[in-house]
This record gives sequence, structure tokens and C-alpha cells, in this order.
Amino acid sequence: MRWLWVVLSLWLCVAGSGEARAAEDRFITLVSTTSTDNSGLLDHLLPRFRAASGIQVRSVVVGTGQALRIARNGDADVLLVHDRASEEKFVADGFGTERFDVMYNEFILLGPKSDPAGIRGLTDAAAALAKLAGVEAVFVSRGDDSGTHKAELRLWKAASIDPVEDSGRWYRETGSGMGATLNTAAALDGYALSDRATWLTFRNPGDLTILVEGDARLRNPYGVIAVSATRHPHVKLADAQRFVAWLTGPAGQAAIAAFRLEGQVLFHPNAARPD
Amino acid sequence: MVDFFEAFRTAVRLILDLDADLVEIVLLSLRVSLTALVPAVLIGMPLGAFVAIRAFPLRRVVVVFMSALMALPPVVVGLAVYVVLSRAGPLGNLGLLFTPTAMVIAQAILIAPIIASLTRQTVADLWEEYEEQLRSLGASRLGAIPTLLWEGRYRLVTTTLAGLGRAIAEVGAVIIVGGNIAHATRVMTTAIALETSKGDLVLAMGLGLVLIALSLFINAVAFWIQDLAQRVEA
Repeated sequence: MRWLWVVLSLWLCVAGSGEARAAEDRFITLVSTTSTDNSGLLDHLLPRFRAASGIQVRSVVVGTGQALRIARNGDADVLLVHDRASEEKFVADGFGTERFDVMYNEFILLGPKSDPAGIRGLTDAAAALAKLAGVEAVFVSRGDDSGTHKAELRLWKAASIDPVEDSGRWYRETGSGMGATLNTAAALDGYALSDRATWLTFRNPGDLTILVEGDARLRNPYGVIAVSATRHPHVKLADAQRFVAWLTGPAGQAAIAAFRLEGQVLFHPNAARPD
Repeated sequence: MVDFFEAFRTAVRLILDLDADLVEIVLLSLRVSLTALVPAVLIGMPLGAFVAIRAFPLRRVVVVFMSALMALPPVVVGLAVYVVLSRAGPLGNLGLLFTPTAMVIAQAILIAPIIASLTRQTVADLWEEYEEQLRSLGASRLGAIPTLLWEGRYRLVTTTLAGLGRAIAEVGAVIIVGGNIAHATRVMTTAIALETSKGDLVLAMGLGLVLIALSLFINAVAFWIQDLAQRVEA
């Protein structure tokens, strides 16, 4: 059996060498959400940050809820997410250093062009949802504890409706990302809440179209947080803070403003400290 | 909806252009799955052979257990490896989560039982056939293992490929422990999942066809090697 150990340890050396090489690169791990990645914003921002700092940013893309849990376990260095309440709780619990405003984009209410519930053109998103519930129109929800899901639940609450009671009937919870949810909504001719960035880059829209937009409650603010090194000493705090400073500083904010898709500005920079 | 012809054209274009991202993704897929194959074979084959010819208490239970593990759900393996490798987990200080090594570990766990089970079957058949002969040569049961593995080498090549096929086509585990990070842990299957989530079904199908072509290619090469070896021997 000794040959087995020899081969195994040789293999470990070979397998490990790739990692050792990768470790020479200076990098931080960012957890962010599908909207920032699928829209191409991260591809637009991260190379610019790397050019300015020499730091590579590796992004893991999940829903906001999962992103916060990953960071809580110390498996990421910096967060870029969109659910203010849970972000502030994350910092208050001592897992994050400080939350900074970065930018916002908008949610939109999508539905089939035929619009059987007749919500097109409404400016009150909660009223639109109430109308959907009234006729039990198929609504496809993220159902995954993401920022978009939480924003959707806040809107239902504003409409004094608990759609989860009807889960499995007209209210469908996909438990998956924005794109998968849009695929489902398109296939079911249902209604769905999406962020504008994911919608614009989505390539399989089927019969879906924007029906409701512009409500102030549909604003979707993003925050950036460097994970605290107090709980997780291995976190690359200095490099993460450099990323936070760049993103909320003039260079990062200008880069966000310059990002356009099909001629549209998708993310509006709003950091409080453009120094 | 997806136009299959369009998807096929996308696939062909991706391959012919040797698209840099595609090449990187394919190479990482191969690197991860081939690396995972090594410990899976080194542990699975001797283990399978041992269980095949050595009588010990509860052997039947072990055999059933090994067969059951062939159908290990990838997401569960992914989750378990995630929990162990997370910074909050027992091996967190290694910092392996979201690296190709984490993906290798998950895939090795997935395919080792497949290789062990299939090897056990092969060796058990051969043992039945050659037991007397080997015994007359004075071989002990354990001493017969290398001979039996050598005799079964052609079938074991197929066994190894079955493992490789499972590893390279698997998405549930690697997307959890790898994180699908561009230029770091993005492999073919996670790239397909990503493109599907973007609604870019044509590109997803294109990548899928590339993955299928790759499996065909690997199997064709293995078949050719096997064929060649048999002819040389004859």
C-alpha cells in the first residue's frame, strides 16, 4: 500500500500547485447579487479597480440573503448587496465594518402584454399588486430571501396582502435567481417583480413587458460593506476597504455613472462621500 | 424559444473561434475533473477489489452501502463540503472554499463510490473465474488484487470513464463549493447554468453541445486506446 501514499502525496503536490500559483495573485472575494453581475456592471467596474489598485476581485453571485450568510461565515471579504435592513443588521451584529451607499437602480413590475389584470400604467406598485391578488393572476416570486424578494414582500405588506397563503396556487415561489424567475414568468404568462438591469439584459423575455414603473417604493438601493476582521481575522480587510473606498469615491462613482446598456443608465451612483 | 439550429451554430462558432473564455472554462473543467479522478481511482479501485474478494463481517452491508453511494445527490455532497470548508467549518482555516480544490474534493467524493462499486463487480467476476488458478500459484486473496485489477484493466478503463463522465457533467456540487467565479472557478456546467439564468438559451445550448462533444471525444479516445491495446495483445 505504500505506493498509494506516494502517488497520493505526489498528486496533492500537483493539485496544490495550481492553488499556490493562484494565491500569488492579490485578490479579494466579493459576494454580490445577480443584478450587478448579469447586467455586466461588475465586468465594467472590476477591471477598472484592478487597474487602479492591482487587486483582483473575484465575485460570487447569489441572492442578498445568501450573500449575507456567506459573509457572516467569513467566506468573503466584501459585500455589494441590496437590502438595507439586513445590511444594517449585519453591521450591527459586528460582522461588517460599516455600510456605505453606492448606487441605486429600480424595480419594475412585469407582466404579459395582454395584461389580464389590467395594471398597465398604474403608478402605485402596491395598488397594482392588490389588483393582481384580486383576480388571482399568476405572480412568480423569487421566494429566495434575496433583496428583490424582500422588496416584493414589503410591497405586498404595503398592500395589506399575504400572498404566501396562496403559495402554490396563483402565487408561485421559484426559490431561484432573477433570471430563472423571469424564465418561469415568461413560460407561465405570469407577473413578476424584477430589477431593471436584469430585465434589460434578459434574453428570453417571451411575451413579458414592463407594466408598472416609477413608484418611489420601487427604488432599489445598493450598499457596500467590508467584512469585519474582528470576527474573522483572515479577512483581507485592508484590500476590501480599498475597494469600498474606490467604489464610493470619485473614480468608482464615475465608472458606475458611465455604465450604460442599450443607451440607458441602469445604476445611479449615490455615495455620500464623493471626496 | 430556443432555435436548435441557432444553438448548434453558436456551438460550432464557439469551438472554431477557440473563444478565449470558452477555452479557459473547458480547461478548468478538465483540470478539476481529471484531478478528482486520481484520488477517486486510487481509493476506489483497491477498496472495490478488497470488498470483492475478502470476506469480512457485514460485507453485504458494505456492498449495499457502496452501491447506494453511487447515487449520492451532488447538491448534498456540495453542501457537506461547503459546510466543512467554510471559514466557520472544521477545515475553514485552509481557506479552500470557492477554489478549484474545493471542487476537486466534492467531485472526488461523488465519483469514488462509483469507481469502487464498478470495480468490485469486475473483480468479483474475475475472482470467480481465476480463483483456482491463482490459488494454485500460491497467491493469497489480498496478493491476488493487483493481478485481478490488471486482468480487468479494459473494463476498469470504462469504469474510470464513467467516473469522469459523472464528474464533468455535474453541476450541483461545484456551483455550491466553487461559486462559479469568472476566471477562477467557472466550469462548463456552471457556465451553462449562468447563461440559462440570463435567459441566453442559445449560448447555454451552445455550451451544452460543446460539453457533449467533449464527452464524445474523451470516450472515443478511450475506445481507441482500448481497441489498440487489445489488437496489440492479440
